Amino acid sequence: MISRTVRRKDMVPITWYIALGSVLFMIGVSGVLLRKNIIIMLMGVELMLNSVNINLAAFSYYLKDLRGQVFAVFTITVAAAEVAVALGILIALVRSRGVFSADKIDTLKG
Amino acid sequence: MLDSALILELAIMFIKVFVVGSVLFALPIPLTWLERKVAGHIQVRLGPFRVGPHGVLQPLADMIKMLLKEDIVPEKADKWLFRLAPIMTLVPTFTVFVAIPFGDKVRIPFTGREVALYISDMNVAVLYILAISGLGIYGIIFGGWASNSKYALLGGLRSAAQMISYEVAMSFAVIGVVMLSNSLSLVEIVKSQSGGFLHWNFFYLPVGPLWFIIFIIAGFAETNRIPFDMPEDEGSLGAGYHVEYSGMRFAYYMLAEYVAMVTVSVLAVIFFFGGWNPPFNLPFHLTGETAMFVNGGWNAEFLNLLAAVIPLFWFAGKVAVFIYSFMWIRFTLPRYRYDQLMRIGWRVLIPLSMVNILVTGFMRI
Amino acid sequence: MERLFFLIFASVAVVSALCVVLFRNPVRSALALMLCLLQVACVFVLLRSPFLAVVQVFVYVGAVMVLFLFVVMILDIRQAELEAFFPPRNRWLMYAIIPVITFEFLLVILGTSFEGFGPGAGGETKVEVIGRALFTEYLLPFEVVSVLLLVAMVGAIVMAKKRWD
Repeated sequence: MISRTVRRKDMVPITWYIALGSVLFMIGVSGVLLRKNIIIMLMGVELMLNSVNINLAAFSYYLKDLRGQVFAVFTITVAAAEVAVALGILIALVRSRGVFSADKIDTLKG
Repeated sequence: MLDSALILELAIMFIKVFVVGSVLFALPIPLTWLERKVAGHIQVRLGPFRVGPHGVLQPLADMIKMLLKEDIVPEKADKWLFRLAPIMTLVPTFTVFVAIPFGDKVRIPFTGREVALYISDMNVAVLYILAISGLGIYGIIFGGWASNSKYALLGGLRSAAQMISYEVAMSFAVIGVVMLSNSLSLVEIVKSQSGGFLHWNFFYLPVGPLWFIIFIIAGFAETNRIPFDMPEDEGSLGAGYHVEYSGMRFAYYMLAEYVAMVTVSVLAVIFFFGGWNPPFNLPFHLTGETAMFVNGGWNAEFLNLLAAVIPLFWFAGKVAVFIYSFMWIRFTLPRYRYDQLMRIGWRVLIPLSMVNILVTGFMRI
Repeated sequence: MERLFFLIFASVAVVSALCVVLFRNPVRSALALMLCLLQVACVFVLLRSPFLAVVQVFVYVGAVMVLFLFVVMILDIRQAELEAFFPPRNRWLMYAIIPVITFEFLLVILGTSFEGFGPGAGGETKVEVIGRALFTEYLLPFEVVSVLLLVAMVGAIVMAKKRWD
């Protein structure tokens, strides 16, 4: 198979993974900040959580430490819970107001 | 960087993928014929009879018809998604088979080379299959949405709700199997059931049959077959999510549906009925090593090949039984109502599987 | 080879993530996000964590995104409202700030030499290892997360339920 030296040279440097994570994170941030549609904002949050997972997995692999992966599993679980609640709130909101845009939701009561 | 061993590995891999892929592509052709024949005989009529002897060539005629038909894209549809959706259903159903073992490692005659009768033995194969088969839903949702038709949209919505609900029950059943076999690798699961039919997970009483029933009901719901074919309920939705599709794209949906049926049958065999293991131990044990010991030479190579092929026949035979029962049930049971379907999923199957997990856990301690 | 695969996955991920933000139609955004999450799963495979990759596909792509699509479809909302795009004013600053911050991020990351971060030689992490860790060392967080999931489930049902007066 592939010899050891070749494999070492072929390795992806950890910086690449972190760079990918940070770019995805910023795209997620821009999705939250720039869009009006609440659904897209939620998707932006998902992107941010995912980019963090990339970092966790990358450090877990390069430091030979299991904690990163375990934490990433927890992140995924919490993200799933977050989406369920957020979409529940969204459905309630659209039912009572009929709007999807974050700018129009500005009353605290009602 | 690339030496001959690696190239050989890659070549074997390509051949395996090609064989599995082409078999899967070809399988729906006899299956459609069989389904119509079974339907005919169950309903006391003949079924297709005109094209070829007993209508065997009917699927080919159907295929030519599908290919020649106009591929209509509705004017107000989301055209890009409309074209993409059938392929999105098709890809995951085929990708699942990467993880499915059809047999154990086999020594090829006259080379002494071992080849595994599966594409890959993944550490996480069970989870992989659940995850990938869950993706098939996207084609249905997008197809229903992009058609811009209320019937299609309703079909897509129903299927989204149905498949998500039953995925829970399906995962529970698979967890049960993992608990019985102590592994997430499908090869290990099959190996744990070797040595006669009493070792099959189905016969792990009393929980085995219960897991099987949960699995197979969820499987029917996941493949959208009668009695759970809400998404394409002809009676109330026209044809459901693919009401606007015609020609080749419609054929893709049909193809995906048949492959999904084969997948569920194959999984049922692997999880509960011992995969390629024979139901009883043969009096003469047919493995390469013993044959080599007894005879040697050409005879041994021949026995080797036999030992390799026989498990495949067992596997295919078991799968065929399941496929037949899928068709049998389709033409026996009426369709459930949508709320009944949901009730079965959430109020019967999921609590039942939770109790079953507890019982299985106590039995496995 | 590995670098090539990483570059393919990363570029598709970044492009599809941009599509999530830039597409007007939420359904198409969801499709793009699905593609992006699949690429992230592939990156996890490159990082030799198959369990994480499969969980990513199972939970995110298989369940969360379907939930998104389901909500978009179930809410009968006007097309214009659905396609609400960039806010008209007040946020022009963002357009300037976000690229700058991204650039700074990249500068810092690519400028850092991660010494002592050897390549993980151990190969793939086995599921058994993660399972054992989850049920021994991380039992408390595991339980907390499961309670959180339960609470979220109850909360979502209560929220989405139609009010009867």
